[in-house]
Amino acid sequence: MEVKILSAKFDIEDSHRLEVAKKHGAYGTLEKLFAMDPADVIEEVKNSGLRGRGGAGFPAGVKWGFLPKDLDKPIYLAVNSDESEPATFKDRYILVRDPHMMIEGIIICCYAIGSHDSYIYIRGEYTSQLKILQEAIDEAYEAGYLGEQVAGHDFRLDVTVHRGAGAYVCGEETALLESIEGKKGQPRSKPPFPAVVGLYDCPTIINNVQSIASLPFIIEKGAEAYRAYGTEKSAGTHLFGISGHVEKPGMYELPLGLPLMEVLNEVAGGVWKGRQLKGVIPGGSSTPVLTPEEAHTVTLDYESMAEHKTMFGSGGIVVLDETVDIVKLVENLIAFYHHESCGQCTPCREGLGWMLKIIRKFIAGDGREDDIELLLELCDNIEMKTVCVLSAACTMPVRSYLEKFRHEFESYINSSNSDPVQSQAE
Amino acid sequence: MSDRSQLISSGQPFTFDSARDAEFERLIKRYPIRESMIMPALWLAQEQEGWLSTEAIAYVAERVGTYPAKVFELATFYTMYHLKPVGKYHLCVCRTLSCYLREKQEIVDYLAAELGLRPGEVSEDGMFSLEEVECLGHCGTAPVIQVNGEFHEEMNVEKLKTLLAGLD
Ligand SMILES: Cc1cc2nc3c(=O)[nH]c(=O)nc-3n(C[C@H](O)[C@H](O)[C@H](O)COP(=O)(O)O)c2cc1C
Ligand code: SF4
Ligand code: FES
Repeated sequence: MEVKILSAKFDIEDSHRLEVAKKHGAYGTLEKLFAMDPADVIEEVKNSGLRGRGGAGFPAGVKWGFLPKDLDKPIYLAVNSDESEPATFKDRYILVRDPHMMIEGIIICCYAIGSHDSYIYIRGEYTSQLKILQEAIDEAYEAGYLGEQVAGHDFRLDVTVHRGAGAYVCGEETALLESIEGKKGQPRSKPPFPAVVGLYDCPTIINNVQSIASLPFIIEKGAEAYRAYGTEKSAGTHLFGISGHVEKPGMYELPLGLPLMEVLNEVAGGVWKGRQLKGVIPGGSSTPVLTPEEAHTVTLDYESMAEHKTMFGSGGIVVLDETVDIVKLVENLIAFYHHESCGQCTPCREGLGWMLKIIRKFIAGDGREDDIELLLELCDNIEMKTVCVLSAACTMPVRSYLEKFRHEFESYINSSNSDPVQSQAE
Repeated sequence: MSDRSQLISSGQPFTFDSARDAEFERLIKRYPIRESMIMPALWLAQEQEGWLSTEAIAYVAERVGTYPAKVFELATFYTMYHLKPVGKYHLCVCRTLSCYLREKQEIVDYLAAELGLRPGEVSEDGMFSLEEVECLGHCGTAPVIQVNGEFHEEMNVEKLKTLLAGLD
């Protein structure tokens, strides 16, 4: 099932070094690129069906098309390498195993959108990754792939790495821009969208690392070749990160559209220790959970996930075995989002804190039947009433656990009721 | 990890060493506004001193050309900036989803007992500090810890023993 498009060079020794990467085709698309009209590059990417790999799945070429025409302002590209959503660990492989593929992608994107300054926003924890990336950029400058004349063409391009410092919210595109501007990472209200008013008030495109790294293949082989992988509406391949209770967790490149359970069983070795499956989180911690029944009917593409009332997300698949205590798992989730709230919206800052208190009440044995309703009501009152969707990234999965595993929350209530001695002792 | 509400003086004046000075000058050309240099400069200062003292914050403000309050604001918002010294070995254990499922608690408990530290504390001899952090982007090899920026994957108590034995 595995394919090697993005990961073609991942297993080659020292593939992060220019010399090695070049031997295997790096920067091979540039001649073709500069012979193309930028508008045709955008068209090719549109035709490829490439969708944003940062989580939302927005068509990349379409987003580029939102840039205002003939504005007398610089255009910026920000590459989102914040990768901080729990269970997401795919972009890192690109950064360390094939950074030149991403740099080539940046050149392609910048040429297409007319940008001469690109910033790569990398999460602060990626220290050795930052080093490898920066070395690759330095090599690209030395070899003339970046700088005043990209590959000898009359096109300047500077690429600068901006290092984050431990705030998940900076993965949200406008918080990321604020952070580059030297501010706290607090998301902006939209509209205006960054394509119109972005970094330094200039038109800005924000794309995920994997989205950008998919471009060299599309330009080299063409939109149709990319479409040969995946489904009609979910074209191409994706780096999936599989973690949790499976025998062979890891990063696997797969075409979109494969049945989830086949992938889990055949690629990731199935549920570990011969245990039963309790649920699957399909695309990072913010995506609603799937029951085993749902997991058996869903396929790994944007449409099927939506039909199952969840989201494709970041491709970070998490397997939950029968031993998982859903109430405690939910506590772990809420604690994360509460901790990472940027604090500017009351429903998010306070609401996630209340949710955390209530879930901890359950765990302490003090939960009441109406607390389940209270939690659901809180989810409704928080979701979509805030500047960014970090709050919804918490409430959407929490609601799914409350609805699909309600009995587990109830059993916490019942056990405290049926054991008055223990609850008195607390 | 620490009390993020105040700054501590190191009692020493702060200036970038020559390598960091050069890096500052290289980077500042890349941004159209000077404020964009606050975060990179905080990183440079922290790499040099290990943490961010009152003096370092004031220096960064002056170098960038902004108010110390603005620099302080960022140093408190972003949790990887240390506003007090951390241990010679700073141990970060991931506490979120995939590591949670793969028993990160055993790792935290073992380290806490072995080092006599609760998460957020620094040992008295200044050798170790322990912190629980959010997803470190290595979920496929959970549970993971980061020691002075270096990742250690698929951790268990046995591997922790070997790791700790190698730190002195
Ligand atoms: C709270 C939050 C965190 C996010 N974190 C990331 C991230 O770490 N990496 C990423 O690429 N996108 C992240 N996103 C999505 C970005 O806002 C944005 O949609 C994406 O970078 C656009 O790139 P794409 O179109 O190529 O996917 C996050 C969104 C939210 C709301
Ligand atoms: S929803 Fe939360 S993280 Fe997003 S802007 Fe509001 S407070 Fe900040
Ligand atoms: S959840 Fe621990 S590294 Fe991602």
